[in-house]
Amino acid sequence: MSAPGSLRWFALHETRLAWRDWSWLMTRGGRRRGGGVVLGFLAFLGFVHGLAYLFMTHSTRLTGSADGKELVVVAGMMALTFSAMLSQAMESVTRAFYARGDLELILTSPAATARLFAVRIAAIAATIFCMSLLFAAPAINVQAWLGGAQWLRAYLVVAALAMLAVSVAIAVVGALFRLIGARRTRFVSQIVAAVIGAAFAIGLQFVAIVSFGTMAVPRFAVLERLALDPNAAILWPARAVFGEPAALLSLVGLGVLALAVTIGVFAPRFGALALAAGGVAQVARKQRRSAPSFRGGSPAQALRRKEWSLLTRDPWLMSQTLMQLLYLLPAAFLLWRSFFSEAGVAAFLSPILIMAAGQLGGGLAWLAVSGEDAPELIATAPVAAAKVLRAKTEAVLLGVGIVFVPLVAMLAVVAPYAALVSLFGVAVAAGSATAIQYWFRAQAKRSQFRRRQTSSKVATFAEALSSNGWAGAGAVAVSGTWLAVIPGALVLAMLAGVWWISPARNTSAG
Amino acid sequence: MLEKPSPLALRIRGLAKSFDRPAVDGLDLCVPAGEFYTLLGPNGAGKTTTMRMVAGLLAPDRGAISIFGVDALADPIAAKRIMAWVSDEPMLYDQLTPLEYLDFVAGLWGVEAKLAQTRAQDLLSWLGLAPHADERCGQFSKGMRQKLALAGALVHEPKFIILDEPFTGLDAGSSRVVKDVLRERVRAGCSVIMTTHILEVAERMADRIGVMAKGRLIADGKLDELRQRAGSGDASLEDTFLALVAQDRIAA
Repeated sequence: MSAPGSLRWFALHETRLAWRDWSWLMTRGGRRRGGGVVLGFLAFLGFVHGLAYLFMTHSTRLTGSADGKELVVVAGMMALTFSAMLSQAMESVTRAFYARGDLELILTSPAATARLFAVRIAAIAATIFCMSLLFAAPAINVQAWLGGAQWLRAYLVVAALAMLAVSVAIAVVGALFRLIGARRTRFVSQIVAAVIGAAFAIGLQFVAIVSFGTMAVPRFAVLERLALDPNAAILWPARAVFGEPAALLSLVGLGVLALAVTIGVFAPRFGALALAAGGVAQVARKQRRSAPSFRGGSPAQALRRKEWSLLTRDPWLMSQTLMQLLYLLPAAFLLWRSFFSEAGVAAFLSPILIMAAGQLGGGLAWLAVSGEDAPELIATAPVAAAKVLRAKTEAVLLGVGIVFVPLVAMLAVVAPYAALVSLFGVAVAAGSATAIQYWFRAQAKRSQFRRRQTSSKVATFAEALSSNGWAGAGAVAVSGTWLAVIPGALVLAMLAGVWWISPARNTSAG
Repeated sequence: MLEKPSPLALRIRGLAKSFDRPAVDGLDLCVPAGEFYTLLGPNGAGKTTTMRMVAGLLAPDRGAISIFGVDALADPIAAKRIMAWVSDEPMLYDQLTPLEYLDFVAGLWGVEAKLAQTRAQDLLSWLGLAPHADERCGQFSKGMRQKLALAGALVHEPKFIILDEPFTGLDAGSSRVVKDVLRERVRAGCSVIMTTHILEVAERMADRIGVMAKGRLIADGKLDELRQRAGSGDASLEDTFLALVAQDRIAA
């Protein structure tokens, strides 16, 4: 037994909460047997390890010799992992500051709250580490199986990167608090997190366009082209993975030191920052009167206006939308560069546009269809359910159109046929994602957007398959062959199957 | 010349709804037009289930509901045009201001824009929300949220208002304002049916009171009639209510 209020006691408390939260996510709050969840998890692990094995045995094998090419490939992977970790850490830290949860209970208790916050900062680092392992562990384990146990030291490198990411994230969010205040920090840090998450991958694509004139080059060839200094910091994690003792020790030491300093500096201040964040909720936000009078119109117009107001005022959605747009920036840049040329960019751009439209459409559709904060108000209004759905769908498709139509118009100047294919693809991808969200709609608060992907795993996979499938069909269609009907038909068949098992069909059939 | 009988605002016949057990069990209930009717009952009596079926939020297993002669099950859109629903959990959007919210609600009911704006401003002043008209609702207290939900219910001037526990969590000031607004609406000819556990509110406001238990209406009438039936003399509504529920339990 640990003494109440001790570091260990808080750590046990946090572990229990984290476990319950994870169990709830896995079982969706139901009473499914724990054994089923464990079996499902083991099956998932087997699947991702199998994928990693297939990939690694069919690509160039890492030998462990720290020659230029292998080093650059691993350095690129580590940099991508770190940018994703940093993005996730910023999200987690921002949520920790702003979530009320048990904060008032803790801050009004006589316990030494710095200890709890020390545990919470460490817990964020542990969570980021575990989340990264979902993708990194299969690769590390398979490489260790194929190349020897020495590759397992990559776990230490991932742990060090996680500690560094959390330290940087807390420092950035703390600095934002000081610079722009608690109110703006929430929104800005979400945007920064989205930008960081995409920055490295997008940066590589920009460099690829400038260096090679296309995005279609092996991703890490760009790093090779940069002719990095052998001692460049970006190569450290790779050197550590390859077993250079100095690099490994430095990286792990830096991670531990950074986290210790962060805990030492921020744990005693965490409560004050969280209180400042909490104070934001007490301050009323004045809305500038953009329209001095009521606008009237039909119920459908009122619904569309409402959806648009809510979509544009949702900071989380804004950052998610920005993320989609960020990934489109290289595509737009490439278009701009080849604006007056006949460069064959269409085959590459069309699927990117279609896939992004599907993803954006799915997110917007969830907010419009499932994320209704006043469902009873809508249900008691004298408007038929079909009309409500149509108005909401129009709001979603209009949102997708505003983002993608200008890009398609630019493409039309360079390649009219590809633009036509893209326009059709954007419409069907966004429409399919909206339909899936409608079939699997489950009433929820908009604030639950983060958990939308756990509410129905079938819907989540179907949405991803549909976006990727339409993108594939678009890529084939742009090349001018009728074979595009094959992936198109496959996606339609998948959609039909998903509709068949969806709650919407079963409800209407029942 | 014969006097025309008062029309019924709400007429329920043989209404039933079961979940794992019967929640509403062959309910018959009438609310005359222009009256404030309060529905009481112990927890699980079926009050909220009944209200939700009347509002069109829940489909009954069987029975009939008509609102001012409109068959609410056959033509729900026509019925919804003349009624409003207010629950104990205000249905608002945190990112909209009260004026934007009322503009939206008025749009749903197809109220002409200029008329809706005048009504909205009057309602916000009346309910003490005018100083907050341009603030987003996310930071509002429970009382402010409930008053705004009531404004939303009134902005399209319904003939029939359904209130499910509207006073839950309201402070004395907000509660008084809501009561005043409802009384005024009834004076203006509106009909109201309300469920509540706050018997003082029912005693002061209701023209007629219905008591439900186990999904059925066990008593119905003016307060004096209920007292008479319970044999409780000049007792308070609380004593009368408890006596009626106890009689029903014994009879069962």
